[in-house]
Amino acid sequence: MARRIASSPTIGVAETSFSPLVVRGPSWDGRFTVLVLFLPPALLLFTLFVVLPIGEAGWYSAFNWNGFGRPTNWIGFDNYRFVFQTRAFWLALRNNGMIIVVSLAIQLPLALSLALMLAERFRGAVALRMLFFMPYILAEIATGLIFSFVYDGDYGLVASIWRTFGAEPPHLLASTDTAMLAVLIVIVWKYFGFHMMLFIAALQSLDKSLIEAARIDGATRSQTLRHVIIPLLYPTIRLSVFFAIIGSLQLFDLVMPLTRGGPADSSNTLVSFLYNNGISRMRVGYGSAIGVILFVICVTFAFTYKRWFMRDE
Amino acid sequence: MRLLGRLELAAAACLLWANAAAADTIVKWLHIEQDPSQVKVWEEVARAYEASHPGVKVEMQYLENEAYKAKLPTILQSKDRPNIIYSWAGGVLKAQIEADVLEDITDQVKGYSDSLTPAALAAFTSNGRIYGLPTAVSQVGFLCNKELMAKAKVDPAGIKSWDDLLAAVKTLKAAGVTPIVVGGADKWPLHFYWTYLAVRIGGKPAFDAALRGENGGFAGETFQKSGELFKQLVDLQPFQNGFLGFKNPQAVGYFADGNAAMTLAISTVYQSQRALAADKVGLSEEKMCWFDFPVVAGGKGAPSDTLGGITGWLITKNSPKEAVDFLKYFISKDVQTRLAAGNFIIPVVQGADAGFKSSFMKRIAANLAKSNYHQNFYDQSLGPSVGRVVNDVTAEIAGGSMSPKDAAQAIEAAWKQGN
Repeated sequence: MARRIASSPTIGVAETSFSPLVVRGPSWDGRFTVLVLFLPPALLLFTLFVVLPIGEAGWYSAFNWNGFGRPTNWIGFDNYRFVFQTRAFWLALRNNGMIIVVSLAIQLPLALSLALMLAERFRGAVALRMLFFMPYILAEIATGLIFSFVYDGDYGLVASIWRTFGAEPPHLLASTDTAMLAVLIVIVWKYFGFHMMLFIAALQSLDKSLIEAARIDGATRSQTLRHVIIPLLYPTIRLSVFFAIIGSLQLFDLVMPLTRGGPADSSNTLVSFLYNNGISRMRVGYGSAIGVILFVICVTFAFTYKRWFMRDE
Repeated sequence: MRLLGRLELAAAACLLWANAAAADTIVKWLHIEQDPSQVKVWEEVARAYEASHPGVKVEMQYLENEAYKAKLPTILQSKDRPNIIYSWAGGVLKAQIEADVLEDITDQVKGYSDSLTPAALAAFTSNGRIYGLPTAVSQVGFLCNKELMAKAKVDPAGIKSWDDLLAAVKTLKAAGVTPIVVGGADKWPLHFYWTYLAVRIGGKPAFDAALRGENGGFAGETFQKSGELFKQLVDLQPFQNGFLGFKNPQAVGYFADGNAAMTLAISTVYQSQRALAADKVGLSEEKMCWFDFPVVAGGKGAPSDTLGGITGWLITKNSPKEAVDFLKYFISKDVQTRLAAGNFIIPVVQGADAGFKSSFMKRIAANLAKSNYHQNFYDQSLGPSVGRVVNDVTAEIAGGSMSPKDAAQAIEAAWKQGN
């Protein structure tokens, strides 16, 4: 179900690609051939793997159904009511909010400042870029497992650091107060490299003459940064923010090996909540309702964001 | 032309080969067993069956426990479904029977089924029809470490009542020993406490009444009191540091490494702890002790009542008759005796307990034999949706984030939502 939702941003893209249909101009004939040739396969795949599953999830969400046989027990909107009555749902929503805030307030500034340093050419720059980008290449499950060892309160790296200072090591993943914090640290560690690379690519394609001109005009380094470089980076920043938010909403595979959403649901995200309460409990109707809610959140966000911030691109 | 000829030849060869392959009946057997030494015995049994039944192939497939539970509904509705699947009976089995994805094997096992323990067979029977065969039973109880118990001068044989257990925990803590290890991240190891307390407090009548929605259902007195007694234990902080972050295999390993005095575990842990120990040796029989779950003062349950599992194999719809035949061969006195001798199972075939070599296994088997009320794990018997709520709320009581009363009400609410 998570995968289904993962494709939600493509809806925005697909919609824009439909728009030539209503454009009737001199080039219509040429475009028509292209449309007839190229649209059906894409449309078919899109319908089969995106539209139908979304519709199915909506349909299932109206049933009390355990996944066996055909759904027969129609309960209307009760599943949605049950979801909204579950405390864990609001916790998951809060956690997703926290991930977004941390991504925007810590991860992106960190990525940007590193990018500003590493975009320039100096000895070791490429090696450092590689180093920072490495966590992003690592598989999510592997990352989660590695960090569950790092955080282990008996044998982990964190525990031995604590012990050097003579303190009783904490079990970060076992406490409702610290589990989410521990997950957030891993998220920042894992994804800042990706955003850094986006920024480096953008910085390297900047028109150097503009920066030079600013310098000749007597702008200081920080003034150049504030008034020239950052504004030129806006398109990339907007893209980066978009990725960060959608990625945060869909976060799942890091949480499972680390905490499985526990203890007491304190580190669930919406998708891990969906898995724990829908799939592993065989409550397909209930799970579908969560999926639909998540889908609505993602689609609303994607459309609003595109309309407000990315309309020029 | 020559090329075409060759292609035709190749195609013909393919067809011939396919025909030859199709002549074999393939029995697909999906299991979730992680212990390689047990799987090895199964493999040998399967190969022996193939040797004595030409034309039948037994194909073993493996899925990890959680993955198996998650995929099962989809697997069962595919055309390529396995023929023999693993089951813990209970609510999930009930859902599968209602969805008509299982084969009714009553007629095929007529006569043979008399060789099985009636209580175990009953778990796979619904309205007089048999849908699967049991393969093993187990009991939940306290496994303990003799050395650590002796260090704190606690006599495991003296722990008879819940208060004795609380006292033992205090003594162990005072002696600087971690009293109990539990895999709290998996939640179900914690639900044993709550469930066993309910078994002791209310006995079978309380559980049956709750299923019928009488006496306040699962929000009733029995179930609130189990939460309260469990809270008494939790308040003593009996578990290892960070217990809510421990997965079950980790916790069992912790016990096997000799780091904690007790663990409330399924009897199979007696064998499986070896593989999970850091040194892969674990605790030997002489170093381990066992005591049954303590009784509760004024409880209605009999001291001989047991909590544990009844596991077995189901035959899926439209499977070849060889699948049942193989299952009968697999759950035979010979094979069960062999598995019992390896300490893998408490057998369900009558007489197979002759294979026992260890006094521990004999003791568990005797316990189960004299038990009049064997409660299947709640998270299985209540079905996955309610069962997981039981797991959730017991973990919350253990973590101090939910009161026993709220916990009981949450289970009742889930029961009503799901039924």
